[in-house]
Amino acid sequence: MKMSKSGISSPRTPYLLLLPGIGFLFTFFIWPIANLAQTSTQTPVAGGDTGSYEQTLRWRNYIDAFVENKEQFGRSFLYASLATILALAIAYPLAYAIAFKAGKLKNVLLVLVVAPFFTSFLLRTIAWKQILGEQGFVVPTLRSLHIIAPSTTLTSSAFAVVAGMTYNFLPFMTLPLYASIDRIDPRTLEASGDLYANGFTTFRKVTFPLSLPGVVAGTLLTFIPAAGDYVNAAILGSPETKMIGNVIDSRFFKIVDYPTAAALSFTLMAAILVLVTVYIRKAGTEELV
Amino acid sequence: MAKSLSPEARSILNSRVSRRAVLAGAGAVAGAGALAACGSGGSSGAAADAVRWANWTLYLDVDASGKHYPTLEAFTKKTGIKASYFEDINDNDEFFGKVQGQLKLGKDIGYDVMTPTDWMAARFIRLGYTQKFDKASIPNSKNLIPTLQHPSFDPNRESSLPWQGIMAGLGWNTAVNPKGMKTLDDLWTPQNKGKIVVLSEMRDTIGVILMSQGIDVTKVTEAQFMNAVDFLAKKIADGWIRGVKGNEYKEDLISGDATAVIAWSGDLFQLSNENAGKFDFAIPESGGTISADNLLIPSTATAAGKKNAEALINYYYDPAVAAEVAAYVNYVTPVAGAQAEMEKINPKLAKSEYIFPTQATMSRLHIFRALTPTEETTWTEAFQKAAGN
Repeated sequence: MKMSKSGISSPRTPYLLLLPGIGFLFTFFIWPIANLAQTSTQTPVAGGDTGSYEQTLRWRNYIDAFVENKEQFGRSFLYASLATILALAIAYPLAYAIAFKAGKLKNVLLVLVVAPFFTSFLLRTIAWKQILGEQGFVVPTLRSLHIIAPSTTLTSSAFAVVAGMTYNFLPFMTLPLYASIDRIDPRTLEASGDLYANGFTTFRKVTFPLSLPGVVAGTLLTFIPAAGDYVNAAILGSPETKMIGNVIDSRFFKIVDYPTAAALSFTLMAAILVLVTVYIRKAGTEELV
Repeated sequence: MAKSLSPEARSILNSRVSRRAVLAGAGAVAGAGALAACGSGGSSGAAADAVRWANWTLYLDVDASGKHYPTLEAFTKKTGIKASYFEDINDNDEFFGKVQGQLKLGKDIGYDVMTPTDWMAARFIRLGYTQKFDKASIPNSKNLIPTLQHPSFDPNRESSLPWQGIMAGLGWNTAVNPKGMKTLDDLWTPQNKGKIVVLSEMRDTIGVILMSQGIDVTKVTEAQFMNAVDFLAKKIADGWIRGVKGNEYKEDLISGDATAVIAWSGDLFQLSNENAGKFDFAIPESGGTISADNLLIPSTATAAGKKNAEALINYYYDPAVAAEVAAYVNYVTPVAGAQAEMEKINPKLAKSEYIFPTQATMSRLHIFRALTPTEETTWTEAFQKAAGN
């Protein structure tokens, strides 16, 4: 038997098809990353002007950058974790309701979940400043109920930053959750009831395990961008709530210290990778991969 | 100024935004660099009868439609030089990042005039990215007010001329601070606790603090500077200061989230006008900073572009034209004789201390000294760290 030389059986075809993708990845991912790696070990040129650095392979840049900014690193992961947990707590019932209880309204509700994306991310974050500001309704209401002291403000606080992040990443949590809850066969829930499981047991033993791929995807889609986020901290925070993203921004653009900024970027990437790997191992969702 | 994007961020939101950046405040944070990259920046030089100008937003008189610049159109009518105006500067650092590569290679950056702030102008001049003026083409430069004639970065104003001057001092909400403010210590009173915002422009905030400590900002040493940064960090740690921001502090003042600020004069002037005297501004008794945005001709401008740029600068140094611009932008005009011209347009503005500071006021305003590249990095780093970055 001779193999046909025409059509898709040519051994080169898959590579040709991959070419545009590889080209794109190389130009916009591999090349910049290599550049960043190269920058991260540079040191200032003696007597050079602002922003002039030379390669000296100084790996200590990484240690220095981390030690100097461990506070902001810790804060980034703390805020991102809080926002992820809050978003999960809000999005789960929402996704459940849309999947099982919405009936004809299902599509309308899904559009409503996505609708905030029609407005700029920045505008939505700035709107939170007004909601939590002195002229919003939240602060005066809480004050008149004596829940917060008259001098307490909600803007420029960790509360505002976490609230903004939770809100901004909520759709990223809701959609994967919905997709996986919607796939659950209602008959499995009925079967659970037939076996005398109450509502809570059914949720614990049937619904939640079946929705796990959605939970894992949603938490990853929320946690990863949240850990690197700097917009919420810049707009809603104070000097005491700055995150690692804000430090990288100021190192790059204000201090013009490219090596430290590059080293911090790499450290952030590595830290997220490690955390995510451990998480996926623990969650044990082969379905995801 | 900016914002901010910030950062901001910004400035973030950030940084030298002032009133130019009602919108740019958001842009600063968003990384307006992305937007700026789509800006002008042609690859060939200007046409022989044209001039291209990069400036900050809201920094030139504009008509209600936002499309026509009356003084600029009058310039074209008068000289036949076609002027293209680009509001391409959001932030000094960002603008530098955008054009430095081409300047280094000697490729046209798309502008024949640009308007960075003093310290950034100093960097451009130091790096040889500017051209010396042919003073004969700018006879009106004689109208430059004396206070701004000899900055340390260009002692004889050979390659820079101020566009507008910006004072930094104290701003406050008059309802919360009915007694007003005279010194920096007036900020630290219980009613302002946690509601103070200071500028993310290092030289202005630290400058005001330094002067309150009796230090001359034209000769400040590193130890003195670091001491002032520690003072700022302490005030932040103790919960007095809620933010180190660019122009966003205006929104905080309006909403009541901030009640006292270290701020730019033109902003407070405008806010006070819009809010029936709810805000006020003063230069502290110990002194305030004055800085300026400077008209520079980049090294990449062609001979024709340079000539036209000089004609443009000369035009804006005509007192009558300067008065027209000042009536719109409300910043300190660097042109002597503009006050007399302002009397004819708007007698009320002609008395404004913010546009035409008296000699007594001027003597209390100082320009922060130029920094060496090493100082620029380490001082900015210390300041940014105090601001939580």
